[in-house]
Amino acid sequence: MAEAVIKAAGLRMSYGELEAVRGIDLQVDAGEIFAFLGPNGAGKTTTVEIFEGYRRRTGGEVEVLGVDPQHATRAWRQRVGFVLQECRLTPELTVREAVEQYAGYYEAPRDVQQTIGLVGLDEKADARTSTLSGGQQRRLDVALALIGDPELLFLDEPTTGFDPSARRQAWDVIGSMRDLGKTVFLTTHYMDEAQVLADRAAIIVAGEIVAEGDPAQLGSDGGPEAVISFRLPKGTSPTELPPPFADAAKRGEAVVSHASDDPLADLRTLIDWAQARGTGLPSLEVRRPSLEDAYLELTSR
Amino acid sequence: MSLLLHQFRFDQKVFWRNPASVFFTVMLPLIFLFIFATIFGNDEIEERGVKTTTYYVPAIMALAVVSATAVSLAINLTEDRERGLLKRVRGTPLPSSVFVAGRVGNSLVISLLMVVLVAILGRLVYGVSLPDQTIPAILVTLAVGAFAFSCIGFALTAIIPSEDAAPAVTNALLLPLYFISGVFIPDSEIPSGVLQVADVFPVRHFFEAFFTAWDPNTSGAGFEFGQLAIVAAWGALGLVLALRFFRWEPRR
Repeated sequence: MAEAVIKAAGLRMSYGELEAVRGIDLQVDAGEIFAFLGPNGAGKTTTVEIFEGYRRRTGGEVEVLGVDPQHATRAWRQRVGFVLQECRLTPELTVREAVEQYAGYYEAPRDVQQTIGLVGLDEKADARTSTLSGGQQRRLDVALALIGDPELLFLDEPTTGFDPSARRQAWDVIGSMRDLGKTVFLTTHYMDEAQVLADRAAIIVAGEIVAEGDPAQLGSDGGPEAVISFRLPKGTSPTELPPPFADAAKRGEAVVSHASDDPLADLRTLIDWAQARGTGLPSLEVRRPSLEDAYLELTSR
Repeated sequence: MSLLLHQFRFDQKVFWRNPASVFFTVMLPLIFLFIFATIFGNDEIEERGVKTTTYYVPAIMALAVVSATAVSLAINLTEDRERGLLKRVRGTPLPSSVFVAGRVGNSLVISLLMVVLVAILGRLVYGVSLPDQTIPAILVTLAVGAFAFSCIGFALTAIIPSEDAAPAVTNALLLPLYFISGVFIPDSEIPSGVLQVADVFPVRHFFEAFFTAWDPNTSGAGFEFGQLAIVAAWGALGLVLALRFFRWEPRR
């Protein structure tokens, strides 16, 4: 039985009339990478800021590394690192200096040079932080979060605004946290990010957790059996499609995507229709629903 | 203590590498001294019985200290707050007191440096004699003023909504004060009604304390405890407001 690093029970947070978080229960175990998913404004950042000790909750119980973060001490802060959602760097310092400055705040920091290497900034070590690209700045953020050698790392939307290659690199860095034995609490609105990185994921919508589990399982549990998609054949209007597909086809969209509970029957209908008309089904695809499908389904309710 | 030195070392590095802070805090007061002394030359200010250049040395010292403390802190802290830097630092084990002490220490050191630079420039270029028996009074004035205006700098961040607004707000408050307090224009040229308004605020009293200590006609130690008490009272007000309203998190 792994030790619980984060425990929340009935966590609530309201700002005046607005209830941002409405009774969340969750547990994150040591060594886990846990993804906290949800659309903007769902209560993700509020929740993570309560865990980080930045916000006082209005209800419920929270324990992070055995301490109520509302009463965070310096000793507790030695064990926690985080990447905030929006935080720029001091432009006057170089990468190495920024990491050295933060290293000085901790009792037993990691090696500066080695940490810079871990986030892949070796070549930029002596460059001013103002010359870094967005992706490089974010990786420096991760280095600053790691330098104190924390047991628990909070990453709040660490790849928002990244180009695809920068995201891949950031994922490699976050994935390497697992090898270091860190517990990672990752907030994101990218499904693929959770699917690639996380051991477990929870989806929060309007302040409530609507699904929780293995990211690969999360897609299938209670959701559709399969997703059938194809390009609308030339000269065909969506209304001409057989029943389940006609509903799924959205006006103006070239790709028809239908989440099917009975894929065999639906496929037969579709193929019979196509053969009768003599049209092809370009880009026909049948796949297991991804986390993204589950997410879209859950968040659109 | 070693943590404070660590923090101070980086604050210094950041200060000297920032072109805006070096220009506005270090260069501009020296440029002002040069301009005012050149324009008003070796005129005598009869009311005070000193040459214009002798008047401007303590005036520019007051300006330089206010600039290195209140102005500099208000602008840089607001910028760091809006960048999210203050929030991140607050999440580390670095005690807030050490963070604040590092920034104030940085302002104190720059203030001391500026007083020395203005004194040397005044002596070398304009022949304004250096004080001797009033040196303790100058150091006390510097210390009281720098602490008080540092507190005011922290308090000012509370009324500055964004980093873009920071220079505008601080200058809108301080430039008129410099003018009415006799920092830019000798106070012999300023109507007494205007000076009475200036007397409500700390800049004029801070200048007066420096002036007495620098005035060759001063006999004795040159302490202006009455003036410094008013400066300190403003500092205390700033401290109370800062403790109540200073924010570590961005406003946006």
